[in-house]
Amino acid sequence: MKTDTRHKGYILGCILLIFAQTVLAKTWTVCNSCGHSSIKQTIQLANAHDTLLVQKGMYREFEILVDKPLYIKGIGYPIVDGEKKGEIFQIRSDGVTLDGLFIINVGVSYTKDNAAIRVIRSKDFLIQNMVLEQLFFGIYLEKSSHGKVYHNRIIGEAVDEYNSGNGIQLWYSSDIEVTKNHVQGTRDGIYLEFSDQITITGNTSMDNLRYGLHFMFSDHDVYTQNTFENNGAGVAVMFSKFITMKNNTFRKNWGTAAYGMLLKEINDAEITGNTFEENTIGINIEGSNRIDYSNNDFIGNGWAIRVIGACYTNTFKGNNFLYNSFDISYNSKLNDNVFEGNFWSSYTGYDLDRNGIGDVPYRPVKLFSYVVNRTPETIVLLRSLFMDIIDFSERVSPVFTPDNLKDDQPLMKIRS
Amino acid sequence: MTIEIKDLHKNFGKNQILKGIDLTIDEGHIYAILGPNGSGKTTLIKSILGMVIPNKGLIAVLDKPIKKDWRYRKKIDYLPQIANFPPNIKVKELIHMIKDLRNSPSAEGELIALFGLEPFLNKKLSTLSGGTKQKVNIVLTFMFDSPLIILDEPTTGLDPMALIRLKELIQREKAQGKTILITSHIMQFVEEMADKILYLLEGEIYFKGNIGELLEQTGEPDFEHAIAALTTTGSHA
Amino acid sequence: MLKILKYSFYDLIRSRWSYIYFLFYLTLGFVLLFLNNDVSKAVITLMNVIIVLIPLIGTIFGVMYYYNSREFTELLLAQPIKRSSIFMGQYFGVAGSLALSLVLGLGIPFVLYGLLRSNAIFDFSLLLVTGAFLTFIFVALSFVIAISNENKIKGFGYAVLLWLFLAVVYDGLFLMSLIVFEEYPLDTFSLVATMLNPIDLSRILILLKLDISALLGYTGAIFKKFFGTDLGFLVSMGILLLWTVVPILGLGHKAKRKDF
Repeated sequence: MKTDTRHKGYILGCILLIFAQTVLAKTWTVCNSCGHSSIKQTIQLANAHDTLLVQKGMYREFEILVDKPLYIKGIGYPIVDGEKKGEIFQIRSDGVTLDGLFIINVGVSYTKDNAAIRVIRSKDFLIQNMVLEQLFFGIYLEKSSHGKVYHNRIIGEAVDEYNSGNGIQLWYSSDIEVTKNHVQGTRDGIYLEFSDQITITGNTSMDNLRYGLHFMFSDHDVYTQNTFENNGAGVAVMFSKFITMKNNTFRKNWGTAAYGMLLKEINDAEITGNTFEENTIGINIEGSNRIDYSNNDFIGNGWAIRVIGACYTNTFKGNNFLYNSFDISYNSKLNDNVFEGNFWSSYTGYDLDRNGIGDVPYRPVKLFSYVVNRTPETIVLLRSLFMDIIDFSERVSPVFTPDNLKDDQPLMKIRS
Repeated sequence: MTIEIKDLHKNFGKNQILKGIDLTIDEGHIYAILGPNGSGKTTLIKSILGMVIPNKGLIAVLDKPIKKDWRYRKKIDYLPQIANFPPNIKVKELIHMIKDLRNSPSAEGELIALFGLEPFLNKKLSTLSGGTKQKVNIVLTFMFDSPLIILDEPTTGLDPMALIRLKELIQREKAQGKTILITSHIMQFVEEMADKILYLLEGEIYFKGNIGELLEQTGEPDFEHAIAALTTTGSHA
Repeated sequence: MLKILKYSFYDLIRSRWSYIYFLFYLTLGFVLLFLNNDVSKAVITLMNVIIVLIPLIGTIFGVMYYYNSREFTELLLAQPIKRSSIFMGQYFGVAGSLALSLVLGLGIPFVLYGLLRSNAIFDFSLLLVTGAFLTFIFVALSFVIAISNENKIKGFGYAVLLWLFLAVVYDGLFLMSLIVFEEYPLDTFSLVATMLNPIDLSRILILLKLDISALLGYTGAIFKKFFGTDLGFLVSMGILLLWTVVPILGLGHKAKRKDF
């Protein structure tokens, strides 16, 4: 009995505490002219679960530590100016929400990865409607989980890789949604390292110095409906498993070493319904197996797909290959991948039985692309009459390119 | 002296065409250059015109050596053997063009009337018959007033009427004191026109003189036989 | 010379072939622009056509014109005109009228389409400049071949062989040497080999101005570094000029010594 009463008391205490917290939760107003003119000091005064309303104005502060669950909301986009002195917000507590702040001037450092907002070992956070400019790193999630990064604008002015940071970085984090953000002008737009169960949806990542999206050692992630445009090297997905990539758009990643997407050591992924348009290389595939490529559109790329190294049991079905300089480039004579039922704009066969499938197989690998793989300098013969003739003869009777690398059921009409 | 040629040699490859020709052509005569096929008639004429470049020897026209010069051709009217003109040009334009190129006074109007070419003036050269082309050729040659006239097979394709006109024309030019060189296969025409005969054989001048001298030398009764005799004796010699 | 040029030119621009040639480019220009609706893509397709067709047409036209006007040339030779003027006049007449067909035939549709307002104008002018250069080069080469060969068939054959060599065989040899010597640094070699062939040089010059130059990768970067500079551009224009001037001088040389 004794223990029972103690137990009851404990429960009561808990209820009281929660009650007290909700009732007693206070709203603090921070503004330049009123009593609380500093965000940092107001946070120290506030109790957990309080709300801070930051009024429009200019706050010259940095290293603002949020160590308790708080709701910090900007009214009319107040400016938090770090004056390039260091990191600006650091979140070290679960349940923190940052909303509607305009953060500028993160300190650039060569020894520390200063971020506009850093979340450390925290859960259930929400970072939304933020605008970050003149930054080093933007939003840095470190060993955190179950949070949301929603509808932020991150605009960097990165010029060189060595003194610029990433827009949104996830490191050893999991179960996070990154949705509807706009990242541009940083080093890597969105960077994931050792982060699993991440959902990346509806973001736009453009004009970044290196990659629009960069995956390293991160499994079971999904990214859909994102647009990656004009990034230095496109999107890189490396050393990861079970990634789903759907309905994204990869555009205009032009440059001598640029790709729409770079896959390296990726297994068991699904790449569906994406559009690769006007990239030097649509997808560059290295050592990736069991990937299902279906219903993608490859339009006007230099190379639509470039396969390097051993890639096994991949299937390419129902894709549209439209007006690429090279559809497929392959560097080995072995082929274990399946090409079936794709539409190839350079297919010249016929369909006598009118079943919508060409009666002659299509061979997507040009001899020229094979030669270029072997001796890269030969690319200077691009678009010469000689190469056209050679390609033609190779297409008629393949000698150098894998004999079984062909689409036996090429579509006569573009897949809509 | 209109033309002076000394020791003229020309060979095409191993083929020796002219083997040392010495020749003087005097002013105010009509010379017929005759000889069997391949005897070097055309080469000789072309050498005088500067179209063939001799291997050796000297040619002077109107007392000036012609080597590396082209202005002397202003003093020559030449009627080429095959008149093949740019096909897309009209007769009128061709005449205008040659006038333009030579930049000398010309009397084409009278000649056009003489050969009845008025209806063809606005036609393209490709549509003309061979005879009409030759008439155009003649107009182009005679419309200028030059002291030396060279005619290569002038009678080709001409109808009798035009032939008479041509003869009149040549006589008229001669009367003006011009020097005229003619090659022709029509012996009757040569006999009628020429004062002097130059007979070429295997690249050398085999005979030079007037018709009387030729008949005397060969002992033949008429001109045509005399020439034939030259040819046979020549090849036997 | 100018008079001869004038007449050859008039003669040619009245000929059926010049019209066909002109109409061909006109149609090509219109079709590419109004079916494709994209100036820079049209420029790429045009490049393919130009690199192959211009040298071929220039060669064939040059040889044909030379042989067809042989008697007329003889007529001119008897006129008080300097020899070299006759041939230079004819040469510039042919090359000039072909180049004009090209420039007008492609220029008109592009101007109508509104090229002047598009930023592809520079690429396009480069296309026309190299096209004109190729015309002048190949007409000159074909004239040299024709003047050196009395036999029409032979001359025609040699001219087509020359075209075949520069357009196809050269690249084949180039490719083979690249593969054979793939272990050595080949950048300078490929740069030089490209510069030596006017067709390759034109192709690379145009390619580098286009987006697809990114396909050229590392080698392309080296090329771009060279051709992108003013010096590189001047050198390549100089080489094209050399390719034009040397055959023309050869033509003059041959013309002076030739018997008709």
